[in-house]
Amino acid sequence: MSVAAETGVIGGIAAKFRTCPATGLKIDLAAEKLIKANAVVAIVFLAVGGVFGLLVALTRWPSVHLLSSDMFYLVLTAHGLDVLLVWIIFFEMAVLYFASAIILNCRLAAPRVAWLAFILMLVGAVLANVTVLQGESSVMFTSYVPLKASPNFYLSLILFAVGALLGCFVFLGTLVIAKDEKTYEGSIPLVTFGALTACIIAIFTLASGAVILIPTWLWSLGYISHIDTVMYKLVWWAMGHSSQQINMAAQVAIWYAIPAILMGAKPLSEKVSRLAFLMYIFFLQLASAHHMLVEPGLSSEWKVFNTSYAIYLAVLGSMIHGFSIPGAVEAAQRANGYTKGYFEWLRRAPWGNPAFAGMFLSLVMFGFLGGISGVVLGTEQINIMLHNTIYVPGHFHATVVAGTSLAFMALTFLVVPLIFQREIIWPRLAKWQPYLFGLGAAGISLFMMGAGTLGVARRHWDITFSDATLSFEYPPLAILMLSLNGLSGIMAAIGGGLFVVIIVASVLFGKKVDASNIVEALGPMPQKRVSEAVHKHGSASNFHLPGTYTLVAIFFLAFVVYYFVNWKYLSELWQLG
Amino acid sequence: MAITSPENRIWWAEKVGRAELIWITIAFLWGVFMFAMMVWWHLEGNQNLSNEVYRIVPEVFEEKTEAFTEKYTVREESGIPVAKPEPGVDVYMLSRLWEWWPILELKKGQTYRLHLSSMDWQHGFSLQPVNINIQVHPGLEHVVTLTPTQTGEFSVVCNEYCGVGHHTMVGRIHVVD
Amino acid sequence: MDKAKTESDSTDESVPIPPMQRLLDNHFLLLFIGVVVPTVLYTLWGVMELSQIPITQ
Repeated sequence: MSVAAETGVIGGIAAKFRTCPATGLKIDLAAEKLIKANAVVAIVFLAVGGVFGLLVALTRWPSVHLLSSDMFYLVLTAHGLDVLLVWIIFFEMAVLYFASAIILNCRLAAPRVAWLAFILMLVGAVLANVTVLQGESSVMFTSYVPLKASPNFYLSLILFAVGALLGCFVFLGTLVIAKDEKTYEGSIPLVTFGALTACIIAIFTLASGAVILIPTWLWSLGYISHIDTVMYKLVWWAMGHSSQQINMAAQVAIWYAIPAILMGAKPLSEKVSRLAFLMYIFFLQLASAHHMLVEPGLSSEWKVFNTSYAIYLAVLGSMIHGFSIPGAVEAAQRANGYTKGYFEWLRRAPWGNPAFAGMFLSLVMFGFLGGISGVVLGTEQINIMLHNTIYVPGHFHATVVAGTSLAFMALTFLVVPLIFQREIIWPRLAKWQPYLFGLGAAGISLFMMGAGTLGVARRHWDITFSDATLSFEYPPLAILMLSLNGLSGIMAAIGGGLFVVIIVASVLFGKKVDASNIVEALGPMPQKRVSEAVHKHGSASNFHLPGTYTLVAIFFLAFVVYYFVNWKYLSELWQLG
Repeated sequence: MAITSPENRIWWAEKVGRAELIWITIAFLWGVFMFAMMVWWHLEGNQNLSNEVYRIVPEVFEEKTEAFTEKYTVREESGIPVAKPEPGVDVYMLSRLWEWWPILELKKGQTYRLHLSSMDWQHGFSLQPVNINIQVHPGLEHVVTLTPTQTGEFSVVCNEYCGVGHHTMVGRIHVVD
Repeated sequence: MDKAKTESDSTDESVPIPPMQRLLDNHFLLLFIGVVVPTVLYTLWGVMELSQIPITQ
């Protein structure tokens, strides 16, 4: 019986573990409890932050205009905090523990420190919400000085960041133990390497956060008289933007993990995929400069170099993953016998499995919507047209909602059977969840980007300027875009709500999973068509992957066209020098 | 598999597929091109943000803007002075909770040195419907060289959140022939 | 031929691990680089420029 814990030896030291019926791995119960706790809290804050997000979308819908201006700015601050920081980083802690202790077949280093991390983060998250809801801290997620929030606002973020930093150290400690105790042979698995990348970026992120938030906290208490506004912004974005790069690395690791779990997909090349992660480790964090492109005081040299992630080497990393992940899926499916034409492998993929559907939608939407718009938005001169317009949230809803959140949801559909040992309740409903949420998120990002192209400002309660002394009207199309954004917001909220309800209900009431039903519990799997399915497909040279070539060619074409369209618009602007 | 250690002890020596190598080359060259594009636009393009910036005390900037406005005011609109400077001179616009001051009247095709700064919090200079967006900081004087290429009435919307009156903060620039 | 060589290398413990593979397996060196590169290129370079903004004439 799988649930019965044994006390045994993992590596050299006694720890309680159970044996996973699916993989035969020894699962450290301490790690398992921590994964559960972090994932549950993450999902609770996703629900809270998601409701705030819906309220924002409904207020931005001009004919609904739900909230008062005070409430709008308050709710927008809380929305940013809860989903951009709390949901995502709590879930990332679960991913770090999963990718170290579970995948490496190892005990978790210092579970007590991991619990301390959890408590600090939880206290920070609750305090942040309470402080914002009290009303004196509607300073937006970015809290640009000299806007001043109440001291507890900054303190809560510091507590949260310190907690998350401890979690990163537990992950690194687990890697050390696994290596010492030889729980794996050779190099760590690619997914763990991706998690390591996320962890490294997280350490830079959280350290930058501490460096800027501690003096700002002291300033809010009156101990420091002045904080330089651009300096604040420079260091704040080393946290604010890099924290989204943690997502990037974590979600890519998940994109590799899900096809591996469901269809045994192998990376086309270990070397290339790891080098792509290495490009992230070196250069991804430089893109914090995306937020500094129209700031006074930084040179064009600094801007061009940093905004391009050192000559787009980190983008190169992403484009490599964008090839090798669908390539790995295609290779695995072709090995399963789906060899007809260009796309039989894709058509016959397990689209009814929410883990696979979520993962693949996340990959495609991140690339086409989030990736392309991010590079265009981060082009130094093009940013003049788009800075602080609603194009910016449009872009990052493609990356963080359609990309990261959808990938995290997809993984959760596997975490419930594997770690919570429960079957997904209502599998037919679960099947629709990624499509509802994904399409809603895609709509949100597309319509906000559309409105932003028309100049609509972000973080703005009333784009009709009804109370302003001087009048101004955006083009009517912008109003339509924001109305469609409201509708998409409702759709995404239904998809998100469905996710929360299904997962909570499954964890509480789902049928218990053991060796007898673990495979079905993972959801519909791709069927093998040929009995002697090819097993060794570790190298791309064994396989011709025309579907993947077509996909990346379409992607590249879209990228190039959109890039030049924006330069064309820029060239028509008033002359600036 | 991606969730297990590489099968070969020396996975670095595994051969990389030809298609993957081609894709890597294309992606790399595209990156170099996009980088070069930004550099080239600095040399040949007409839309680059100026790097001319000074530290300044907000009160000093206010005095400069008032002196400029007094000298060039031609009329008032909604109680706000409209300054119509001679072509080519230094023009000033300050931002504060919650206005852009004064209103400017510029000539099409003429080049102006526009000085921007904030009296209090950060603001976002968003010229509409042209769609030029520049961040404005207190304590920093940013001098932007601007050449209007269209005539008409243009608005300056604040697109950096600056408190409860943020959405009422609209300024004006007229461009005439 | 290449392939045969690769496979025999993989099992032969006496063949040294290539330097790039060793770098990718050295997690703490990666951590060091991953923190130092952005700290120098983004943060320190940026702080240097911001601290050199001249006072208005």
